[in-house]
Amino acid sequence: MNGVKNLTKKALFLPIFCMILVLLINLAKSPTFFSVAIQNGVLYGRLIDILNRGSEIAILAVGQTLVVAVSAGTDISVGSVMSLSACGCCMMLAGYGVNSATQLAVPMIVGMLFGVLLGGVSGAFNGTLVAKLKIQPMVATLILYTAARAIGLLLCDNQITYIRYEPYKYLGNFLPGFPVPTAILVTIAVVAVVSLLLKRTALGLYVQSVGINSRAARISGINSDQICFLCYLLCGLCAGIAGIVASSRIYSADSNNIGLNYELDAILAVALGGNSLAGGKFNMAGSIIGAYTIQAITTTLLAMGVSTDQAPVIKAVIVVLIVVVQAPVFKAWMSRRSARRLALASAATEQGKGMPVK
Amino acid sequence: MDEQVLITMRDITKTFPGVVALNHAQLTLRKGEIHALMGENGAGKSTIIKCLTGVYERDDGEIKMDGVEGNIYNHSTQDAQKIGIATVYQEVNLCPNLCVAENLFIGREPKTKLGTVDWKTMFKMAQKLMDDLDITIDVTATLEHFSIAIQQMVAIARAVSMDCKVLILDEPTSSLDEKEVEKLFSLMRSLKQKGVGILFVTHFLEQVYEVCDRVTVMRNGKFVGEYNIDELPRLKLVAAMLGKDFDDLAAIKPEGATSTSDEVVLDAEGLSHKGTIKPFNFKIRKGEVVGVTGLLGSGRSEMVRCIYGADKAQSGTEIMHDKKLKINAPIDSIKSGMGFLPDDRKADGCIGDLSVRENIILALQARSGMFKRIPRAKQIEFADQFIDILKIKTASRETPLSQLSGGNQQKVILARWLCTHPDFLILDEPTRGIDIGTKTEFQKLVLKFASEGMSVVFISSEIEEMLRTCSRMCVMRDGEKVGEIEGEMTQESVMNAIAGGDKK
Repeated sequence: MNGVKNLTKKALFLPIFCMILVLLINLAKSPTFFSVAIQNGVLYGRLIDILNRGSEIAILAVGQTLVVAVSAGTDISVGSVMSLSACGCCMMLAGYGVNSATQLAVPMIVGMLFGVLLGGVSGAFNGTLVAKLKIQPMVATLILYTAARAIGLLLCDNQITYIRYEPYKYLGNFLPGFPVPTAILVTIAVVAVVSLLLKRTALGLYVQSVGINSRAARISGINSDQICFLCYLLCGLCAGIAGIVASSRIYSADSNNIGLNYELDAILAVALGGNSLAGGKFNMAGSIIGAYTIQAITTTLLAMGVSTDQAPVIKAVIVVLIVVVQAPVFKAWMSRRSARRLALASAATEQGKGMPVK
Repeated sequence: MDEQVLITMRDITKTFPGVVALNHAQLTLRKGEIHALMGENGAGKSTIIKCLTGVYERDDGEIKMDGVEGNIYNHSTQDAQKIGIATVYQEVNLCPNLCVAENLFIGREPKTKLGTVDWKTMFKMAQKLMDDLDITIDVTATLEHFSIAIQQMVAIARAVSMDCKVLILDEPTSSLDEKEVEKLFSLMRSLKQKGVGILFVTHFLEQVYEVCDRVTVMRNGKFVGEYNIDELPRLKLVAAMLGKDFDDLAAIKPEGATSTSDEVVLDAEGLSHKGTIKPFNFKIRKGEVVGVTGLLGSGRSEMVRCIYGADKAQSGTEIMHDKKLKINAPIDSIKSGMGFLPDDRKADGCIGDLSVRENIILALQARSGMFKRIPRAKQIEFADQFIDILKIKTASRETPLSQLSGGNQQKVILARWLCTHPDFLILDEPTRGIDIGTKTEFQKLVLKFASEGMSVVFISSEIEEMLRTCSRMCVMRDGEKVGEIEGEMTQESVMNAIAGGDKK
């Protein structure tokens, strides 16, 4: 009993609990849910699909977590920045004005790095507005939310640029001869780099200090503005990487659709992870679990035959449930309830003792 | 005097994770009396008040109030206000971005027929209220333009205007200067005449003897006793608070630091910050304790903020250890060996949600840089060391700082600076809002640091405290350094310097 109590006190308990719940519902619906098979030399299965498809949200959630923590605001431009980065990458690879390339204009890595760089520049732009000019995060990032997609379209000469070059598809699918989807590897790499930053440097402490009380952090010798800027920069870089992955999946830069509404999933992932959107303390692992929970819900609904148009409704219901379960008010209510039940139970046994035994 | 009992609190118990904050505490407040509530930091004064006003829900115990049936459970401050309990807290809890009138009437604004806020009436009412209390300020200006003292007065005015039967003042005087305190006291006395029961939490013995009728003393979350002020000698009151006989204050040498070398640690010339402080010179030697004195708003804090770089100096030079400093941000001063404990603990000092450990190592970590993370074992070592040295009362080193009492939070922030072994430490009102026991500890610590070669700037509203610790004082008036006093200093000579003898 005590062990259970301690377990429920852990910060990550609820995010993990919700995730498991979603997975169990899946299992009940389709018993083969957890089965992972190798077909055509690659891993295959619902679970793998969730991990694979959830990559972009997970990568975005990493950056978003830092932004939320440091500035108590959200970067709503990440979806559009994904699109910008994809367009930049494809434009470099195909050459400006070419709408379908079978041969690359520059080495593939150069194009991809350019895409990620565009993400970084976007992040730096947001960071400057928020950290130096003290514009509210949502307003500051609203600029690129609307503009980045359009800039991407400009880069691609107002058309969808296709890269019909086999290796370009590797990132969104599989590396030849390797069974794990490449996107999962990218996510692991991003998470590993950021975790290393948080573990080995004082970045985590700085971000939380600035997020909780930036004035006090500054007096204590932390360059609050710089840390805030850095978080937005990292968030932009994450969006850039996610954009390249998304582009590789469809081997093109579809400016209107890549990353559409992803900023909302990214923010939701942070919240589902048990992080306060009011900034301050954060839990990176929670956000990542949150990201995959969202993807699990989406995949499940689609697999259960819910049409793409209706899926958001059911998704909304589930999300509301998860958020309510995690809300402090609800938790307090639950603990009061169980306390009352315990009191009733002990009162009942007291009475039982008083009764004559026949 | 009307002896009718207004409020009785019995057997109040409240626990926080790891701490029993109140252990069967009790309190009785009568009509038309000013009742002092005293005790050391962490004695449970603030907690018992918060249980009464509905900020916290008590675990156990009963609260009864005259005119209200049954056991009272206030679930929010609104509940408390409804039955006539108004509170002014230790730290100003108003909206700094709203104007004074809005702050006075927030939640009960006069409305026009259309249901919109009737600004004209509101400003008029606000002006009248402030006039009645003899506070001359523009009620249409936003609150943040005013000093903490004025903000506090506004908070009190708000409470007064709500027709309360019980007024709770949780250390209202800790940021007021003498004149303002006098004003507050006359206000309290007139409220007392009207039959309001006033619960007055303070650390200042003088004030208790000046205005209070009775005193309830608490220690470690428990009720120690209730006394009539006239029948209680000071020493007995202090002994009751500390639980021991206590004459430690006298043990501190009035001489201040004894041995100062000639080595100049910091030499600042012509520093200024537009709008807050006019150009000033400042010099401090190794092992010296220098006080900065002046009325509130005279530029005491602004002067040290300028030296430290919390507000970047717009002119002048600073030379430390014969090296010219270039200070753009606090980190530059930290790197050259300075430390700064700011006066506004809540806004500039505490990182409330972080643990005691993280708060302690913060400045040291900032100095070593982001990429040189202090290993966790080392962090724990530092934290434990300072929790021990400074006798910080905390459930554990991982407890969030916000859960500590005010004085202990202050100690944690002091530890943050001691960690960096500064050559030059600035303490701006380090003893504000903390009990005399801790105050004495702070004063002793300052002298100990100085004897170890640290140079300290010590600012306090209590002149006595500075007389005990400082060997020299800078005198500030209206944003300008007007002089220094040295050698034989008495309360009178300092007051004269502050007031400016030439003016009268």
